[in-house]
Amino acid sequence: MTTQVATLPAKPREYTGVMSWLTTVDHKRIGLMYAIASMFFLLVGGLEAEIIRTQLAQANLKIVNPDLYNQIFTMHGTTMIFLAVMPFMAGLGNYFVPLLVGARDMAYPRLNALGLWLFVLAGIFLNSSFFLGGAPAAGWFGYAPLTSMQYSNTNGVDFWIWGLELLGVSSITASINFVVTIIWMRAPGLRFNRLPIFVWTNLTTSFLILFAMPSIAAALILLFLDRHFGTFFFDSSGGGDPLLWQHLFWFFGHPEVYIMILPAMGIISEILPVFSKKPLFGYTAVAYSSVAIGFIGFTVWAHHMFAVGMPPAIDAAFSLASMIIAVPTAIKIFNWIATLWGGSINLKTPLLFAIGFISLFIIGGLSGIFLATVPIDFQVEDTYFVVGHLHYVLFGGSVFGIVAGIYYWFPKITGRMMNEKWGVVHFILQFVGMNLAFFPMHIVGILGMPRRIYTYGANLGWDTINLIETIGAYTIGIGILIFLYNLIQSWRSGAVAGNDPWDGDTLEWATSSPPPAHNFEKIPVVTGRRPMWDVKHGGQKMDYAVEPHGFHMPPPSIWPLILSFGLMILMFGMIFGVIPLVIGLVIFVAGLAGWINQPAI
Amino acid sequence: MSAPASHDTYVMEHDHRKLGIWIFLASEVMFFGAVIATFVVFRGRSTSGPDPREVLTLLVPTIMTLVLLTSSVTMVMALQAIQGGNRTRMWQYLVATCILGLVFLGLKATEYTHLFSDGITPSANIFGSVYFLTTGLHAAHVIVGIIWILAVVAKALRGGFSAENYLPVEMAGLYWHFVDLIWVAIFMVVYLTDQLKFM
Repeated sequence: MTTQVATLPAKPREYTGVMSWLTTVDHKRIGLMYAIASMFFLLVGGLEAEIIRTQLAQANLKIVNPDLYNQIFTMHGTTMIFLAVMPFMAGLGNYFVPLLVGARDMAYPRLNALGLWLFVLAGIFLNSSFFLGGAPAAGWFGYAPLTSMQYSNTNGVDFWIWGLELLGVSSITASINFVVTIIWMRAPGLRFNRLPIFVWTNLTTSFLILFAMPSIAAALILLFLDRHFGTFFFDSSGGGDPLLWQHLFWFFGHPEVYIMILPAMGIISEILPVFSKKPLFGYTAVAYSSVAIGFIGFTVWAHHMFAVGMPPAIDAAFSLASMIIAVPTAIKIFNWIATLWGGSINLKTPLLFAIGFISLFIIGGLSGIFLATVPIDFQVEDTYFVVGHLHYVLFGGSVFGIVAGIYYWFPKITGRMMNEKWGVVHFILQFVGMNLAFFPMHIVGILGMPRRIYTYGANLGWDTINLIETIGAYTIGIGILIFLYNLIQSWRSGAVAGNDPWDGDTLEWATSSPPPAHNFEKIPVVTGRRPMWDVKHGGQKMDYAVEPHGFHMPPPSIWPLILSFGLMILMFGMIFGVIPLVIGLVIFVAGLAGWINQPAI
Repeated sequence: MSAPASHDTYVMEHDHRKLGIWIFLASEVMFFGAVIATFVVFRGRSTSGPDPREVLTLLVPTIMTLVLLTSSVTMVMALQAIQGGNRTRMWQYLVATCILGLVFLGLKATEYTHLFSDGITPSANIFGSVYFLTTGLHAAHVIVGIIWILAVVAKALRGGFSAENYLPVEMAGLYWHFVDLIWVAIFMVVYLTDQLKFM
């Protein structure tokens, strides 16, 4: 290294142009691309939902044929979970975790880019199945033996297998990055008991991904071998057991539920204090209850399997563990309400969606306790009651949390405010539509309507309820379109936001909007849980850390994209044979070699 | 010229790569946990022969275990060599590690050949399915480990690594020891606990 001028740190260049986005390793650009791609897949999954609801609007409709219907509801679930909610959380985490902990980037900037490109390409890969012989049609949890060659003889399930494997690798790399960033790269003074709750929940979520994802990764390999190499893992005729799939899948699948809700809870925990001008009530309880949910979340998976006939003692144990989850969840809810209580409420759209989250999540949590009760579960298993429950926690919970986060952080990302009036319209449509669409599902579920049926008879008395649900789904759709319009319009010509439009508490409001590539001119020293509040309202002076060697930002790299692209082609090869396999392998190896030969960051 | 050392001096240049590899390995433990659990639940569930006791013996896997454990020793020696600044000794030990890994794979291949000739294939019965799954995924990890170590050797031959800069060697080593440890678990679960004949 040449000798540096010691006083001024070398500022990184601001890169521009298409190539700069394809080669970026900046956590903010990566986070933004995660979010934009997730938004796109949210629209795709939403369109699929509208088709499902249109088909079910009345008895005996034939909008789509049964086979396409199966593909659409399978891809709706898969898309919303793996391509919309999870990566949206990863995007917001990517953008804001380094800012909230006062770091200049994530711990592994290139690995971060790899996670993004694997996600984007896996999304394209999965959806390309619609045009290459048919999408997967066995439901988003792909139960054996429905996924066997005998019952699913198109390529759909293979697309599902390899798409999810790619997404698994993507989320594991992202999680390693979050854990190391949060443990190693906190600003001085930012001890664990001062970490913003959003950072706590991202840390917990990352561990959940790291320990849950391998289970489905293994299960998908078994499924692939069963389909193509004649093994017997899920085939009872050869000594295997279809229940093994359920155990391996739900050992992943239930922590996955918390993977999708915990970051949303983190977002809510950031928004409530800022918009009620109070510190978060019971910070320690909220932080620890996240971790508790993470731990207990690994002990409840078989509550998805009560109806398969496990011994009563096992049913009882899983039922009890599932109900225990209600305790840390309720602790959070009481603390959120207590945060609002007596606060000086600033009822802007982020807070509207946060309150929407709390109320809808309570409903989803309560129907969850119903389902954790074995006898009730026997009655409503695989009915629309379950669909209603899961949409209250996933849409009412995770999506409302994400949207609240977007309204809250949009000014930081773009430097402009979102339009408040359209925001309120969006909230009303989404909140009303959500309850119209999903609440009646509980009723029609108790009446006996099974989930995943293609249509139903006119004599069953389900018509009116289904029509209401469909109207609700359209209402949500209109709300989302208005949201989209508001996003685009506000980005282009919204009011200029300034650095700190909400009078925020945490470090992201200490830098400009949008933040520069290096995030902070100087790294702040943290002395409390609300560093910005202490400076603005507590009369404290912000101290800054000394960086004796200046700082350097990582150079851009094209290799993560090339490596991911190679892996995607390789996955096509797993389905279409040796030519794409070899091409993919060559690109993958080239990407890997190029990556290794780049100097360490 | 050095900055005043105070409690808030903040140095960005932590080397955090080692923590990353540990977390990755923790995730891998869950992966092999699922695979080995699959092996355990399907033990003795084959609906047709041959039975593992008719086709597996302990001799070859015992030698394989010794070979792989020795390769972990050479890996440690390689790390120790570069920590002492001896790059040549390091890559020699790394090559030795790779050779031992290849010997392991060779013995694995002979075992597979024997099993195939005895009629055990992945699609013969559930024992065949889980046996080839468990040992096959482990062998795949051995192959990745060998490629990883060879990449380190290639870099060393072009003058990479020194007594101050040896972290990539250590990381490859951590992965290699992990793969070794998984084999020890597989050796116990697949071979030792099934009352196999020695030869």
